[in-house]
Amino acid sequence: MNCKVPSFLKKALLATALLGAGHVYAADADGIVVYNAQHESLTKAWIEGFTKETGIKVTVRNGDDTEMGNQIVQEGAASPADVFLTENSPAMVLVDNAGLFAPVAPATLEQVDAAYRPAHGKWVGIAARSTVFVYNPSKLTEADLPKSLMDLADPKWKGRWAASPAGADFQAIVAAVLELKGEAATLEWLKGMKANFTAYRGNSSVLKAVNAGQIDSGVIYHYYRFGDQAKTGENSKNTALHYFKHKDPGAFVSVSGGGVLASSQHKEQAQAFLKWVTGKDGQAILKTGNSYEYAVGKNAESNPKLVPLQQLDAPKVDASRLDSKNAVELMTQAGLL
Amino acid sequence: MPETLPARVATPIPAPMRRHSRGLFAGRGGAWVIGLSVLVSLLSLLPIAFVLGVSWQTGWVRLVELVFRPRVGELLINTLLLVAITIPLCVALGVTLAWLTERSNLSGRRVWSLLAIAPLAVPAFVHSYAWVSLVPPIHGLFAGVLVSVIAYFPFLYLPVAATLRRLDPAIEDVAQSMGLKPWTVFFRVVVPQLRLAICGGSLLVGLHLLAEYGLYAMIRFDTFTTAIFDQFKSTFNGPAANMLAGVLALCCLAMLTVESAARGHARYARVGSGSAREQRLVRLKPGQTVMALTLWVLTCALTLGVPLVTLGKWLLAGGVQVWQMAELLPALQQTLLLGAAGAALTTLAAIPIAWLSIRSPGRLQRMLESCNYITSSLPGIVVALALVTVTVHFARPIYQTTLTVLLAYLLMFLPRALVSLRAGIAQAPIELENMARSLGRSPARALWLITLRLAAPGAAAGAALVFLAITNELTATLLLAPNGTRTLATGFWALTSEIDYAAAAPYALLMIVLSLPLTGLLYHQSKRTAGR
Repeated sequence: MNCKVPSFLKKALLATALLGAGHVYAADADGIVVYNAQHESLTKAWIEGFTKETGIKVTVRNGDDTEMGNQIVQEGAASPADVFLTENSPAMVLVDNAGLFAPVAPATLEQVDAAYRPAHGKWVGIAARSTVFVYNPSKLTEADLPKSLMDLADPKWKGRWAASPAGADFQAIVAAVLELKGEAATLEWLKGMKANFTAYRGNSSVLKAVNAGQIDSGVIYHYYRFGDQAKTGENSKNTALHYFKHKDPGAFVSVSGGGVLASSQHKEQAQAFLKWVTGKDGQAILKTGNSYEYAVGKNAESNPKLVPLQQLDAPKVDASRLDSKNAVELMTQAGLL
Repeated sequence: MPETLPARVATPIPAPMRRHSRGLFAGRGGAWVIGLSVLVSLLSLLPIAFVLGVSWQTGWVRLVELVFRPRVGELLINTLLLVAITIPLCVALGVTLAWLTERSNLSGRRVWSLLAIAPLAVPAFVHSYAWVSLVPPIHGLFAGVLVSVIAYFPFLYLPVAATLRRLDPAIEDVAQSMGLKPWTVFFRVVVPQLRLAICGGSLLVGLHLLAEYGLYAMIRFDTFTTAIFDQFKSTFNGPAANMLAGVLALCCLAMLTVESAARGHARYARVGSGSAREQRLVRLKPGQTVMALTLWVLTCALTLGVPLVTLGKWLLAGGVQVWQMAELLPALQQTLLLGAAGAALTTLAAIPIAWLSIRSPGRLQRMLESCNYITSSLPGIVVALALVTVTVHFARPIYQTTLTVLLAYLLMFLPRALVSLRAGIAQAPIELENMARSLGRSPARALWLITLRLAAPGAAAGAALVFLAITNELTATLLLAPNGTRTLATGFWALTSEIDYAAAAPYALLMIVLSLPLTGLLYHQSKRTAGR
């Protein structure tokens, strides 16, 4: 062919190809890829500690629990992910149901309290968080507080509470309600919620709105308020927390999970990472850092400012049975998504 | 489809073009150019094919269940209200301001006209961030309309001002001589001549309203795009997300159709020989001057004052601490790299189509061009969903690579490169290219040596527009970026999602600084169009 490709074309194509290739190989060449749905700052602290100790490089992809869970399922056997970390259990169940997890190393399982990991050992708890009812004391007195999460579907709560339905956190709470109360009751509750609640994007926004008096109360996880108090408190100084306790669905304690993908090409390093996160140093970051999530390691202590896990009187929910797919489906049916 | 298109080329070319075209299609070079244009256009059909494909796959029953539900109705009402209220407001504001800078004797008109374009340098979601941190309770339709008008009215101001500037005053004189009052002249003579500019600008605003995610997510106003994102966050590319994307794509197509119908077939060229007389500026009465200046100051305070004051406030509050160089610098570097590579690739891909549209216009070329046009009207979220799904299932080697992100940018921003490039190629005489070929250069080489060099300024302007669009792109980048990639826009988004407004401020500032040249370029371009 006598028509030569112009040289600038070649250069530009070459540059594009190199750039593309560079990125592909940067991820593959060494180290592990973590699909992270946990708070970015917490995972960053874990990775820094782990890389410092082992020298193993970690590349992160950030996203949300079920987004990444579904993504891994679609990627299947060729997933670029080596490790998956979540904020809640349902996404772990999703990946596990697709048979994509390799068993967690026994030494890692042994480090974690049996209450915070499924018996089959395909994934393991890395931290925990408790559902709370956050309210503005100038709007609600203690006598007004709901006895149960289910009460919030009652018409008297119309326009008085907020949540972040698009977030995995709230979807995990819905999954817990589903597991405890069954499908019909859950859908009924979600429809009541649709009529009563105000949607915000993210639990931080819910906390901020309650603090500013835009709305009376909200359903979020405990650590948002502790984290803000530790900083300036500007988004939480006018708020208080109410724990439902009494094994109410609203006292649900959600287990954040970690797992190694069966398709991982770097299983040894991936297992080492999970072991580090659930081990002494990893769990200590939960106690001393600013995440304020509960530690789940055996003998690991949580931050002393938190109400101890044992006092929360949480309902017994088998984390390995939480069904995110059905929860999202019901929320879509109720018009929340 | 791929087989039938090139076959079309072989069918007889309409008579007026035949003489012109024979020489082109004779060489291998011509086929090469056509092949490339067809390839680019087929690629651009991917998102539409995806929407049709998943609808088919989902099946009628499930599709009805997912599309005809109250939530979709809510979103449709929200989106329609947003469009129906925002566009007329943008038109009113854009036309008023344009008239003031072009046809009145208001002092400081040059400065005002620059300030009217300046809000474009602030990404839409940064406008929203400024408002949310200034007035935290702001939300819903009112906030959506307010911030949208602020962020997008320049899209109307620009074309209207450029058209006003080159209207022939003779027509207005005639109207006046027939005894019409100035206001009647304005509405009966001037406004109809602005029809194309108003339609084009409104379309641009409307498409932005449908596509924008960050702006509305931050002020809690649900549109189709935010709902698709919520579904994506819960299900990756679940059927509900895909069906919403289908409805959104239909909305965009409907908007294109309405606009092309509203354009009408009136003749807009001036009659008569010679050049138009210089326009006479309308002398404002003192009261009118005060009102005009108040409008300008108010507009600038809302569109530029609010973002700059809030940003300054956060930067001051954050101090040196928020300049986390270890994170900011890589984000800046990634943004620049993606922007440069995306701009290069998009401009390259635009060359064959731009060349065809000048050297061999015809049905095929028009069809190819409209493929690209339609796709670029689709929101980033639809393009990204299509690419995620297609690459994860059928093109695994490029899944989660920079190439896929660049491809999304190509599909979304091709017309930006095309428009400028076409103007550049039109200015390069074909005789020079023919001469180079008669001296033995191959078609591709002649194209490169002669035409593209002459068209380089146009290509550069197009590339710059694409580059700047990429630096502020959020949705497609969030979905498609390779592991470990963080751009200024996605970094800003991650921080604001955790309500860390102070730490987000440097990202916003960098994006504005990067976008400033866009403002200058647009300003320059609009002046040049006016001089034509």
